[in-house]
Amino acid sequence: MWKILRQIARNGIRTEPAPQADPDFQSETQRIHQDILDILGQALTIREVDAGSCNGCELEIHAVNNPYYNLEGFGIKFVASPRHADMLLVTGPVSRNMAMALKRTYDAMPAPKLVVAIGDCGRDGGIFGESYACLGGVAKVIPVDLTIPGCPPEPIEILKGILTAVRYGQKKSPR
Amino acid sequence: MHLPGLKLDLKGLPAPIPLSRGMVDAADWSAAALAVAECGGRLVALWGSDRRQGETGNFVISAAYAMQDGMIWLDLPLTGAQSGYPDISGIFSFAGRMQRATADLLGIHAENAADTRPWLNHGAWPVEHFPLRREVNGAACFDGRSLKDYPFVRVEGDGVHEIAVGPVHAGIIEPGHFRFSVVGEKVLRLEERLGYKHKGIEKRFEQLPASEGHRLAGRVSGDSTVAYAWAYCMALESAWNLQIPARASWLRALMLERERVANHLGDLGALGNDAAFSFGLAQFMCLKEDWLRLNKELFGHRFMMDKIIPGGVDVPLDAPLDAPGLARLVAQCELVEREVHQLRSIYDNHAGLQDRFITTGRVVPELAKQLGLTGFAARASGISHDLRVDFPISPYRELGVKAAFHRSGDVAARAKVRFEEILESLRLIRRMASGLPDGEQRVNPDKEMPAGFGAGRIEGWRGEIFVALEIGASDQGEQGNRILRCHCHDPSWQNWPVLEYAVIGNIVPDFPLINKSFNLSYSGPDL
Repeated sequence: MWKILRQIARNGIRTEPAPQADPDFQSETQRIHQDILDILGQALTIREVDAGSCNGCELEIHAVNNPYYNLEGFGIKFVASPRHADMLLVTGPVSRNMAMALKRTYDAMPAPKLVVAIGDCGRDGGIFGESYACLGGVAKVIPVDLTIPGCPPEPIEILKGILTAVRYGQKKSPR
Repeated sequence: MHLPGLKLDLKGLPAPIPLSRGMVDAADWSAAALAVAECGGRLVALWGSDRRQGETGNFVISAAYAMQDGMIWLDLPLTGAQSGYPDISGIFSFAGRMQRATADLLGIHAENAADTRPWLNHGAWPVEHFPLRREVNGAACFDGRSLKDYPFVRVEGDGVHEIAVGPVHAGIIEPGHFRFSVVGEKVLRLEERLGYKHKGIEKRFEQLPASEGHRLAGRVSGDSTVAYAWAYCMALESAWNLQIPARASWLRALMLERERVANHLGDLGALGNDAAFSFGLAQFMCLKEDWLRLNKELFGHRFMMDKIIPGGVDVPLDAPLDAPGLARLVAQCELVEREVHQLRSIYDNHAGLQDRFITTGRVVPELAKQLGLTGFAARASGISHDLRVDFPISPYRELGVKAAFHRSGDVAARAKVRFEEILESLRLIRRMASGLPDGEQRVNPDKEMPAGFGAGRIEGWRGEIFVALEIGASDQGEQGNRILRCHCHDPSWQNWPVLEYAVIGNIVPDFPLINKSFNLSYSGPDL
């Protein structure tokens, strides 16, 4: 046990200050955080669906959950059921074999639902395009609120996108 | 290279790893499979191609076998109206799914195969539509079709019930369906249904010029992007008989080892987490994040996507990848090595963790051999194949690789192999960074290169990645040579069926742990 405690103490707290990619972002983060509290009560819960990605985007979504980005510190949590989710995070392209599962996951969510499409493939099918097997972007199957481009988008971009979608969603839904 | 008892006309391809290619007839197709199995060889991949050209040419079924002294690539042309070929799933059980996938994509069948259920076609396109046939337009789409039910094998008996999981899983993982037949919490049987991520990659290749194929290959399975891009480029360079500069192959290997370390770090953390030891996840994910950030700084991409290109590498020739940059690589390896030793000692001494790891998800060496287990998982089950050791190309030839090797075949053994492979890769990265040859790191292929066949084999972190490539003649225009056929093979083809055996007799809550200890790709074999 002492080894574990020593390792924890030695590594300390790795969580970095909120994203600084955008100079205005630092002050904005707190406002967005307040937005999350206002719109959703306590927190934002996210259900992730891989609708056909190469799994590169999943690696970066995992990274968003590491101590450096400390997603849970924002009150944001990934949940196992769409019924518990405020936001659907979808990586693409949407394969035809996954279209039905994606639609059903979306349908199972309570309103208001936010949908964020991740990556170039989630945007428009990316390098895989549209074919007998591939529908293309996520918007072909469900309404998308925000797209985070990249191949794959880096964790900081995903974090920024999630926060932006919360704000955009607020504008869209009358309260 | 030859097979005992068979007179085959094999011709060597100019590849860094010995490889011979030849034609067989239907009788020799099965005889060859049997001969390979008898002399300890393995089936690596099985795929079909459409080589019809007007009235001539045929559908062709191909198999790639790994032998002691290299690889044999056999083509069986289906003559006349023949659309069947002899089933070899009785000899190599995992060939069954590859044969079913070939039937879905090309309409050629393994004759008298026991299992003829569709594999990739879930009903999203008509059964009489064979996307890989020449006459089929890649842009053809079928909207509004509903998916079909799949006849899972039912287990009958007192108290037996089914648990259906997926395709959307509870965590952030790829989609696939698992059908468990259980009594209480004990698993009697697991049946996998995959193919949800089928994106039509093989058809997409045919729309790309050969010089662009590495980008698509690098997205067959994102966690192995370096291995796939290298295997593709090796295949292309073999078809074109192109020699790459020494510096390029050193940098390729450097990136491949960095990819291996990144994946093992992440999975060791996730293994801790799946056994309720979230400390492990936090610690390993920090190490992985540092690792990926240095990738971004030095190579320009966190996963080094599109950094291996035909003819060499596309990374900075000087800063940030200059002497101080390489020194940072070495320093990071030393730091990570210290941390990994520390974490390993914590994992090894944690009674609760070891209780979950030891004897869980066991694949004993005999079963592993029989089922054709491959990659690092095989090295945890007493099978010592590693391309970096068996057929070392530069720089592995110069540096030497010590493969990890364990026999107990459980989650604990797979974790041990991962720890050992991290340490060996750290050693290799240090040697590569300090001994990196000077000079060019890319040769530019001509606009018009010859048509022909090529193959590439790379030991990715998960196992052997194999790419078989057929390049067409140059169109004398902007596009250059086209890809006639590109088959990318993921080691998960072999290992998914083994997972079905590994969970038998285990309890359902141990499935995520067992699954993660293999961490197989869905996207890779779904193509």
